[in-house]
Amino acid sequence: MRKAIIPFLAAAAAFTIAFSASAEDKVLTVYTYESFTSEWGPGAKVAEAFEKTCGCKVSYVSVADGVELLTRLKLEGASSKADIVLGLDTNLVSEAKATGFFAPHGIDTSAVKVPGGFTDDTFVPYDYGHFAVVYDTETMKEPPKSLKELVEGDPNQKIVIEDPRTSTPGLGLLLWMKSVYGDEAGAAWAKLKDRVLTVTPGWSEAYGLFTKGEAPMVLSYTTSPAYHMVAENTDRYQAAAFSEGHYIQIEVAGVTKAAKDPALAKDFLTFVTGPEFQSIIPTTNWMMPVAATKAPLPEAFGKLVTPEKTFLMSSDEVAANRKAWIDEWLAAMSKN
Amino acid sequence: MINRIERRLTLTAGALCLGGIVLFVCLAAVALLAFDEPGSANDGVVFDAYVWRVARFTLLQASLSTVLSIVFAIPVARALARQAAFPGRVWIIRLMALPLGLPALVAALGLIGIWGRQGALNTALVAIGLDQPVSIYGLSGILVAHVFFNMPLAARLMLGGLERIPGEYWLAGANLGMRPLSIFRFIEWPVIRGLLPGIAGLIFMLCATSFTLVLTLGGGPAASTIEVAIYQALRFDFDPPRAIALSLLQISVTAALLVAIRLLTPAADEGHGGGRKVRRFDGRGGFGRAGDGLVIALAVLFLALPLGSVVSSGLRADLVKLAGDAMVQRALVTSIVIALISGLLCVVSASVMIRARQAALSSRRPTVLLRGLAVGIFASSSLVLLVPPVVLGAGWFLLLRPFGDVARFAPLLVILINTLMALPFVYRVLEPAMATHTARTAKLAVSLGLSGWYRLRLIDWPGLRRPLLMALSFACALSLGDLGAVALFGSQDMVTLPWLLYSRMAGYRSTDAAGLALFLGLVCLALTIAGTPRAGADDQRRKDVTA
Repeated sequence: MRKAIIPFLAAAAAFTIAFSASAEDKVLTVYTYESFTSEWGPGAKVAEAFEKTCGCKVSYVSVADGVELLTRLKLEGASSKADIVLGLDTNLVSEAKATGFFAPHGIDTSAVKVPGGFTDDTFVPYDYGHFAVVYDTETMKEPPKSLKELVEGDPNQKIVIEDPRTSTPGLGLLLWMKSVYGDEAGAAWAKLKDRVLTVTPGWSEAYGLFTKGEAPMVLSYTTSPAYHMVAENTDRYQAAAFSEGHYIQIEVAGVTKAAKDPALAKDFLTFVTGPEFQSIIPTTNWMMPVAATKAPLPEAFGKLVTPEKTFLMSSDEVAANRKAWIDEWLAAMSKN
Repeated sequence: MINRIERRLTLTAGALCLGGIVLFVCLAAVALLAFDEPGSANDGVVFDAYVWRVARFTLLQASLSTVLSIVFAIPVARALARQAAFPGRVWIIRLMALPLGLPALVAALGLIGIWGRQGALNTALVAIGLDQPVSIYGLSGILVAHVFFNMPLAARLMLGGLERIPGEYWLAGANLGMRPLSIFRFIEWPVIRGLLPGIAGLIFMLCATSFTLVLTLGGGPAASTIEVAIYQALRFDFDPPRAIALSLLQISVTAALLVAIRLLTPAADEGHGGGRKVRRFDGRGGFGRAGDGLVIALAVLFLALPLGSVVSSGLRADLVKLAGDAMVQRALVTSIVIALISGLLCVVSASVMIRARQAALSSRRPTVLLRGLAVGIFASSSLVLLVPPVVLGAGWFLLLRPFGDVARFAPLLVILINTLMALPFVYRVLEPAMATHTARTAKLAVSLGLSGWYRLRLIDWPGLRRPLLMALSFACALSLGDLGAVALFGSQDMVTLPWLLYSRMAGYRSTDAAGLALFLGLVCLALTIAGTPRAGADDQRRKDVTA
């Protein structure tokens, strides 16, 4: 019986070899998250556009999400092949810098404009989105007009949110509540708890429950309705504008110290803030561009909520307080 | 002489398998512990109030889920065993293996299609005039989901045991004029009781390590398992020592409970018969039939409705376009290849280890080494389910890093992790079957002078074909529906069906995802069809032999 194992191992090994990629000259290795390189993601178009100008080959390594991206870098340490890391968000910036893997970008970012005015010497923003409560216009006629109305509204009108322990949007809502309520955040969560149908591990589960009609509201992005309007031709799902303002998620890219060709890597960062890349982002990554695009955005983007006020905490502040704030959230949300 | 060599070979092979598993797990843990992370902010406190609360809830929900799954499984298994021939029976048994192969998210959405606020149940309740919807979010939702996954598993494992009861028992029972209650007490219950520690342990572990279902249906962070804390520690906070400490907590708490279950239940006694054709004489009256029919119908409804909800959402997708999609085809092939390899690997290593354990225990004066081997095989095949795949993945990532691009090893690692995770299932299916088989055939084989390949072909394969196929289909289904292991290494080089499903879901394409869930379900169905052949073929052969 033991002998029978060997053919299987051989098959598995053959399988392993079949999946390994071949090497080519002058390759730019970009680490990013999975939805960036998925079939509809911006990855392929971005690679094609950059390859036209650089005389190189863009090779992606993709992991599940931005958080996983940082974990992967820490696990790989100095042996990492990454030249560019694209897909961290601003909350991860100080942790990412603490690893010492990143080099200052040294490029001109004057064309980059993000609400809240984020600038950094290591990371370059490439897109952003505001967190928002997205609601179903068929089941919710009067959406909340502020975070306060969301917290204090009818507990029978439910919302699905994400867990700040396991997901980025979940952490986003936590910081949003903290920005608006400050020391009262715990009490506000205890009140909001009755409206929360459930807390899912990630965005996909929450959005799945929402589109299945389980709850009339979900925590998502101001740009979510754009997908439904552009790709599905329906304006059934809309984002609610909150009078206090919205918390922002800014996605950033950086160049590693180990980059094989630093000049090429910097060219890529410049390209990322240029019109070519920025034009690809809105309808593939469903986020807002941070700089000028070649053509005006699709009409649907004009209908989106544009927050009057933007909340953004520094990543140092987030890193220093995240555990305490999550504990506060846990305590408030676990009460009966 | 031949027997002694074979015995030694069996023991060595078993010890090698066991050693491989222990090494695979321990190396990963050591690598993670030894990992020195730059800029780590570890305050060293692991077992704070939060962890204890989470541990308490883990035990509570897992115990309740286990008890409920088993309590509901007993009547279902008994009804199916009593009604051994009715049209569609084999399809019901196949249906029971389906939930195993579904990713948690798909099952959760299917369950919500029935039990959710907008689900069929609430719609029906509103139709008859009740306006307050029944909400399953909370402990009840977790329990419904866990019973959905595990009741059919328990029922199938019990049914296997009931079907192994020798025909003589039923003949004697009928001659004695036993009433259903006595039959249950004296014939069926002793068999089920013998299987219970294994089944309960397996279900308990599955529920204790449940993650997506607990969070999604649990209604809030009060419902969190230790697995959530491990995930958080490793993937969000990146604190390997804490992740390892939490894993150890999970393993030790559960192991203590499993030992307690085992000590509280007496050992099973195996029935011996002359291989007479099994024919039951009970459950023939109108009343018995109606009762069994009702139990079976309820179980089928409970299982089939959420699956039906998965199918109906799947049918809304553009299936033709999906099937023609090159990416989907590649993912399908990758998933099936991974599932088959890890399934076969798992069944082979499990049978090797079970044989070794039997050989070690059958020794007249077992040495400490032999006893250690037997205990080790038993413990590893149970507890391995408690080792979080995320810990294995991260650990092996570190170990393989010096040997070049880790992505190259990803398929191998995914296969090995899937093999490991399926081991407890396969062990539960094969161990009782092989014990019965050995007890009934060992003397025969010796008296015929059959050993090695000939015994394998002439005695073992015909006798164990059904449980082996069932175990294989379980193992394949499990690794087919698994996302965990793939997600750790996932890159565009290796796309499996569940990975693609999550990816489409994350890109707003939930209709596509529903279509892919339907594909996954169909592949699982094909697997369970292969794993549960019609009884007809076997009976025919037996008739030929007796004629």
